[in-house]
Amino acid sequence: MCGIVGLFLKDTSLEPRLGDMLTDMLITMTDRGPDSAGIAIYGDETVGNAKLTVQSSAPETDFDKLDNDLRKRVQGKVSMAVKDTHAVLSLQADQVAAARQILAEIRPDVRVMSHGSTLEIYKEVGLPKDVADRFDIRQMSGTHGIGHTRMATESAVTTMGAHPFNTGIDQCLVHNGSLSNHNSLRRKLRRLGVHIETENDTEVGAAYLTWKMQNGSTLGEALTSSLDDLDGFFTFVVGTKDGFGVVRDPIACKPAVMAETDQFVAFGSEYRALVNLPGIETAKVWEPEPATVYFWSHNAAPTAQEKAA
Amino acid sequence: MQTFDIEAEGLRALNSTLHAQAANTNQTHWEIVNPKGSHAIAVGLDAPIEVNIKGSTGYYCAGMNKQATVHVHGSVGPGTAENMMSGMVVVEGDASQYAGATGHGGTLVIKGNASSRCGISMKGIDIIVHGNIGHMSAFMAQSGNLVVCGDAGEALGDSLYEARLFVRGSVKSLGADCIEKEMRPEHLTLLEELLGRGGCDAKASEFKRYGSARQLYNFNIDNAY
Repeated sequence: MCGIVGLFLKDTSLEPRLGDMLTDMLITMTDRGPDSAGIAIYGDETVGNAKLTVQSSAPETDFDKLDNDLRKRVQGKVSMAVKDTHAVLSLQADQVAAARQILAEIRPDVRVMSHGSTLEIYKEVGLPKDVADRFDIRQMSGTHGIGHTRMATESAVTTMGAHPFNTGIDQCLVHNGSLSNHNSLRRKLRRLGVHIETENDTEVGAAYLTWKMQNGSTLGEALTSSLDDLDGFFTFVVGTKDGFGVVRDPIACKPAVMAETDQFVAFGSEYRALVNLPGIETAKVWEPEPATVYFWSHNAAPTAQEKAA
Repeated sequence: MQTFDIEAEGLRALNSTLHAQAANTNQTHWEIVNPKGSHAIAVGLDAPIEVNIKGSTGYYCAGMNKQATVHVHGSVGPGTAENMMSGMVVVEGDASQYAGATGHGGTLVIKGNASSRCGISMKGIDIIVHGNIGHMSAFMAQSGNLVVCGDAGEALGDSLYEARLFVRGSVKSLGADCIEKEMRPEHLTLLEELLGRGGCDAKASEFKRYGSARQLYNFNIDNAY
């Protein structure tokens, strides 16, 4: 099982409600997966700055004066906003690599959830409503976002096994399904020097896309080649700074429904997740085709563009 | 006419109310409002009643239907009219995967498109689709008729037995042991009746017929135990 939701706003007046709408959509999908939940939100950007969303199972000690400690070691300003077990560190974009090294040294138990200019990822073990409450997701505004609620099949129920996975700067992935060649692909990617932390299948899928893009593929090309290189069942929803994409494996047994109006493009594992969106009664609603990459971007004309990206 | 608000009264109350209708009920017309993609709406009906669902449904709508007519004024999720025995199910919109799967009888009409695995393992049901169908449709279909006014996806009729498949548009590929067959007068007569029953604006002469070549292992009597 697992439940996925995604919401891409075309109407900027809805942006303050993104977190609220996405939370409602995800809670509707709770019975598809009660193990863990996560949300990726694409929010505000400060030019020249990057955001590192980090997580700790001991936030009181790990996040205590973390901004001060980083400020001593990296150039420019560092600010920190703590939300429960997560904290968003804002710093100069060119200092991120240094900051991650220092972080590993001074706070070895802190895990990086996401890296991007607008992306923030929050995920924890628990029900969608509890996870959303802990991080105050309803109050978040943004241009687009993705949510996932997990029913674990391939690896343990842990924070690091929860979705979304950060695949590159401002990029993330959620997955419904199970990959059957993740062990061999993990070994192959590790030999190529790709860092993979857990035994989770989706992390391997995410690492695969990252590796493809680091080697020159666009996101659309990486998703297209995943149809050949990944074995198993998958419906993927991916987020980028400008938009989001959807791809299903050729067998397409994992459900997917999409809806589009002048105001938004929405994705749900089931139609139930979409029923309270504004204007859904008159929206174009359809099931995405198997083995076809769909992509929507704030940069392009706001219509469905197959094989784009 | 009886109106039932599924959002206010709940799914279990709806289905038990519909199950309580006997053959001689005088409450023959039901309207269901606020389905909002709920699962298992109007499953297991066994009375000559008409149920109109005003909106889209989730998984397994009108599954195991007997006698009843279920009309969905919207789209339906996976497994609609699964294992139907008799009666009629009409979908105004699209149907998700495995619509009409394992159906033994009755008629399923889909006025939009049906996705993958439509009519998988059908056993006597008639399925009439105004639009297109997805891949692996009529896989291991045993009997009954599948009519497609649009196009069919990959691997149509893989490993099928005696079901008849009629497609007006293109077929992306035929599954193992599925072949195009001659359209004889009796098939045209049958198809005219099916198109009329499904309310299709199409002529039987525009269709091609597909069926089993009966060449797979299980068709050879010498392989029987």
